[in-house]
Amino acid sequence: MLAYVLRSVLQGAVVLIVVAFIAFAMFRFVGDPIANMVGQEASMADREELTRQLGLDQPFPVQFLEFLAAAVRGEFGISYRQGRPVSALIAERLPATVELAVLSAVFATCVGVGLGVYAAIRRRGLMAQAVMMLSLVGVSLPTFLIGIGLIYVFAVELRWLPSFGRGDTVAIGWWTTGLLTKSGLQSLVLPVLTLGFFQLTLIMRLVRAEMLDVLRSDFVRFARARGIPERVIEFRHALRNTMIPVVTIAGLQLGSVVAFAIVTETVFQWPGLGALFVNAVQFADVPVMSAYLVFVAFVFVVVNLVTDLVYVVLDPRLRAAGR
Amino acid sequence: MAESLQPGPASLKVPPTRGRLARAWDSDVLWRFRHSPAALVSTVVALVIVVAAVLAPWLAPQNPFDPAQLDLSDGFSRPMEANEITGRVFVLGTDPQGRDMLSAVLYGGRVSLLVGFASVVFSMVVGVALGLTAGYVGGRTEALIMRIADIQLSFPAILVALLVFGIFRGIVSPAQQEQATLFVLILAIGLSNWAQYARTVRATAMVEKSKVYVDAARLIGLRPLVVMTKHVLPNVTGPVFVIATINLALAIIEEATLSFLGVGMPPTQPSLGTLIRIGQQFLFSGEWWILLSPALALIVLALAINLLGDWLRDVLDPRLR
Repeated sequence: MLAYVLRSVLQGAVVLIVVAFIAFAMFRFVGDPIANMVGQEASMADREELTRQLGLDQPFPVQFLEFLAAAVRGEFGISYRQGRPVSALIAERLPATVELAVLSAVFATCVGVGLGVYAAIRRRGLMAQAVMMLSLVGVSLPTFLIGIGLIYVFAVELRWLPSFGRGDTVAIGWWTTGLLTKSGLQSLVLPVLTLGFFQLTLIMRLVRAEMLDVLRSDFVRFARARGIPERVIEFRHALRNTMIPVVTIAGLQLGSVVAFAIVTETVFQWPGLGALFVNAVQFADVPVMSAYLVFVAFVFVVVNLVTDLVYVVLDPRLRAAGR
Repeated sequence: MAESLQPGPASLKVPPTRGRLARAWDSDVLWRFRHSPAALVSTVVALVIVVAAVLAPWLAPQNPFDPAQLDLSDGFSRPMEANEITGRVFVLGTDPQGRDMLSAVLYGGRVSLLVGFASVVFSMVVGVALGLTAGYVGGRTEALIMRIADIQLSFPAILVALLVFGIFRGIVSPAQQEQATLFVLILAIGLSNWAQYARTVRATAMVEKSKVYVDAARLIGLRPLVVMTKHVLPNVTGPVFVIATINLALAIIEEATLSFLGVGMPPTQPSLGTLIRIGQQFLFSGEWWILLSPALALIVLALAINLLGDWLRDVLDPRLR
């Protein structure tokens, strides 16, 4: 058990260091950091001064260690394009992305599990078949087209919901939230649907497949033989055993959530991290790019770790095997 | 069968050797192909789109990127309706510059398919070479390659492609960027998809390595490179084709997504994604057709290739399911 946890932590650390190295190499070798920070008319002396200040005259390994130390403190230098600290930019845009991602995950999980259970129980029903067909089409559709389609229907034609931005936000300390105002909530609807759609189809198909498996297993047959009502078997016996793989896969899907968040934020001009990153790529704003990369890797590693641990907690067999 | 068993002078003759084509026609794969409506329909659709895109310069009513052929007063024509000023009819309508959308989609599909095919070939070559090396050589080399593949696979392809693109923007001077974009896109999408090939090929190569024919090839003194490419490689191609087909759809969608995000093909040389990005701006003013035709072309193309890939996977390699 302990060895299992330690190994997961160690693997995560290795991934983080490799990614940090890539980020550092990008920062150091893509373009000239000095030329990007001082203006055209800076003198040689100014340049040398800045080189010394930034530690760029140090040997490469020392520079990398300093980069790591700064990264741990959350410092990634100054954005070439906006002239502000990258850490401030990220802190400013983090709430928008977190609210979008969490809400879409909640939406996808609730609806996905519900539809998956339904499709498994009424396997031959017309509705269930229709839902499965729809999910197949949904998987083949690019995210940005789903977003555009929703905008066209609900913002352009029906004029029910706004098509871009976060609406009015309320500041709680440094955190800004769109959950407390009407326009903020309205603005969330379409992006959440867009981002949640892919996860929804995935979770739904997974729950259905697992549920069908469990419903065929021996303990369900015994439960039926004992005369337990079908409803109770479906929800207490079957669904509970379905959730173990679903939690794992849902956690591992985080990578695609990050990717789809980049696209979703661009479609809806959502002021989040993904849009910040796309802008940085367009203008080769390397400090923002490398900071985003390290940030995403960090989130991946933490989520993978948590998923591993949840798996151990949910599945008693793993606990015994690790001992 | 029944005929050749019949006694008589006819059965004494050596039956004529059947041509390669006839034998291929009767092969398992093609038999199943002929009997699967989904595979037939998706192949026809995909082929029609590919041929139309390749022949775009001859098929398209106009060259949409030659300003001399555009007439501003044709702008904003609705599909299938005569233009209010010029009276001309455009099947799929026109954009604000009077550009025929049918021609734009044909030329755009050409760019999308070019990037898709080229990046699939690129990632296939890289992935197969690395996977074959890892599976055949083993040891430290294998551990290193597979670790890199693991890390690469845990990051979404679009993120990797965006990073490659951003690095390119930082290195290349703006003046050269426009011409180089096509190659950078191919590179970026190719580099973000090689790991899957490497994994599959490595697994298959490890199985093949332990077979007798490989030992035999080694015993007669062939160099490892020859054994790898001439003997092991032909036996790992099945799964590679399946991955390549499915990846073609993914690569086309990835290219469209990048172009849609504004980090792909420039408006002077648009792909389907760029056309969708442009069309989105006119959605709010009600000119839906500027968006609709490239979007539909992308969906149909991706869906057809996806279905074909699914079918190919079922036939060639059920384990990949």
